[in-house]
Amino acid sequence: MTEIDKRKIINFVALSFSCAAAALGLFWLIFILADVLRHGIAYITPALFLNEATPPGMAGGGLKHAFIGQLLITFFAVLIGVPLGILGGTYLAEYGRHHLIGRFISTLSDIMISVPSIVIGTFVYAIFVKPLGHFSGYAGSLALAIIMIPVVLRTTEEMISLVPWEIREAAFALGAPYYKVILQIVYRGAATGIFTGILLAIARIAGETAPLLFTSFNNMFLTTNMNEPMPSLTVTIYQYAMGPYDDWHEMAWAASFVITLFILGLTILGRLIIRWKYKN
Amino acid sequence: MAGTIKREQTLDKLFAAITFLAAFMVLVIIVSIFTSLFRESLTAIDAFGFFGFISSTAWDPVRENFGAATTLYGTLITTLMALAIAVPVALGIAIFITELCPKFLKPIFSTAIELLAAIPSIIYGMWGLFTFAPLMGEYVEPALQGIFEPIPLLGQLFSGVPLGIDILTTSIILSIMITPFISSIVRDTFALTPVQLKESAYGIGATRWEVIRDVIIPHSKTGIFGSVIIAMGRALGETMAVAFVLGNKHAIATSLFDASATITVTLANEFTEADTDLYLSSLFYLALILLGMNFLLLAIAKTFLARKGKA
Repeated sequence: MTEIDKRKIINFVALSFSCAAAALGLFWLIFILADVLRHGIAYITPALFLNEATPPGMAGGGLKHAFIGQLLITFFAVLIGVPLGILGGTYLAEYGRHHLIGRFISTLSDIMISVPSIVIGTFVYAIFVKPLGHFSGYAGSLALAIIMIPVVLRTTEEMISLVPWEIREAAFALGAPYYKVILQIVYRGAATGIFTGILLAIARIAGETAPLLFTSFNNMFLTTNMNEPMPSLTVTIYQYAMGPYDDWHEMAWAASFVITLFILGLTILGRLIIRWKYKN
Repeated sequence: MAGTIKREQTLDKLFAAITFLAAFMVLVIIVSIFTSLFRESLTAIDAFGFFGFISSTAWDPVRENFGAATTLYGTLITTLMALAIAVPVALGIAIFITELCPKFLKPIFSTAIELLAAIPSIIYGMWGLFTFAPLMGEYVEPALQGIFEPIPLLGQLFSGVPLGIDILTTSIILSIMITPFISSIVRDTFALTPVQLKESAYGIGATRWEVIRDVIIPHSKTGIFGSVIIAMGRALGETMAVAFVLGNKHAIATSLFDASATITVTLANEFTEADTDLYLSSLFYLALILLGMNFLLLAIAKTFLARKGKA
């Protein structure tokens, strides 16, 4: 065997390994999604969305309480997290773009995106749940908002930076003050990008479980009082999956299916919008 | 006229101040996370110290004797094993995307891999507990045991009763979760390799693999290093997937088929059950250690990736 043959064989082996790795990645994705689909879809019934929980072992229970709780917690998280994230991102990309503190906060938010979500749960427990003496939906929203802020902030910063500087100068030349330029020109140019960032941030927090465990906790009953412990889909999945009852497992799979569908749908939608917007 | 200008200037200052305060919140939140976790940990810090805490294997809520060694060990071992599996696979995927994949498939395939990162960890947990762990316990692990257990020393790693709820299963699931983080960053840095460099290597007769090994990978090593550290931070802080399949056992495991516990799982399972101040404080202490490790790792990764961006 000549030297060249040997190099060709090594080349072939290495590239085959690369293809195998790619196939493995795809295999896991299909395996997991197919599994969630197979287990979940059979238990998607109207009762799942319309009925509240029944005592364990009793048929006809649903997850209405968890769906509503999840929506409320997410809604309030968005209400806190999105404005703060957008305004903060505006500072980093506009007023603070040449200041050291702006660069510093930008880097800090990148690091904050990776702070383990369970640590944020313990933090909210320490500053909110413990002083008040009880778990609450608000605490859960606060934890999710803290996770959301750096995500929205960084995408807003990036999307605003993409708006060409000349457009701002054109507005300045007409005598517009900076805040009006931002509100009426820059935001308009960056709107699609910022909106996509919000979608992706919602996709991110919708699947969070760990930060809710000791903030919004759980509740077997329907409640719309955000000041009480509040059920969420994810914590309910965890509780039901770990529980001993078959119908609990079935509902956990059904909820997993709904949440996966929601999050993947949102993620793919966000990516499509970005591709459509920034290709033209 | 002058009044209008004055008013506009005030409004502009006001808007600037509002946006600054919003950005400043990030700093406030991070500082208060550190200070409040530290304050809550003080009882445990007073009782056990730092080196005493991280070197003690005790975890005894009844006698109120706590140490971080078993959970730190579980955290590090699952993270390192997950990296050992994920890094070669992610590099292979990045090579496939940049060098081998047909152009029209590239965006579809990249998105598919990145969807692995979008699947919430609780879904990995469900799949892990009900589908993957039983497969591992019934087929894969007994087979591995059959091959490796007779070998001295190495056999210890494969001893015990393979149930599927163990370190090996957890590490594999973690590796799937962190693979897209590595592969997408590495793919981007691979794409930054100057075409001239690659073509000169092809010009002197290098094979495709030799170009990858001797030109592209050396040129991308800071990116690879940064991405691995980011993935490591992810794996350290992963909670729900691990909570389902690791078994929550406070002991130093010596076999891949042993159950174990990580910092995150301990927090998830015991936080709401902690009935004494010292118990709760020790849990906060664990959270503080995890946060410290994570922050340090990410700061290192940021400096590496930032340097890459400037070069």
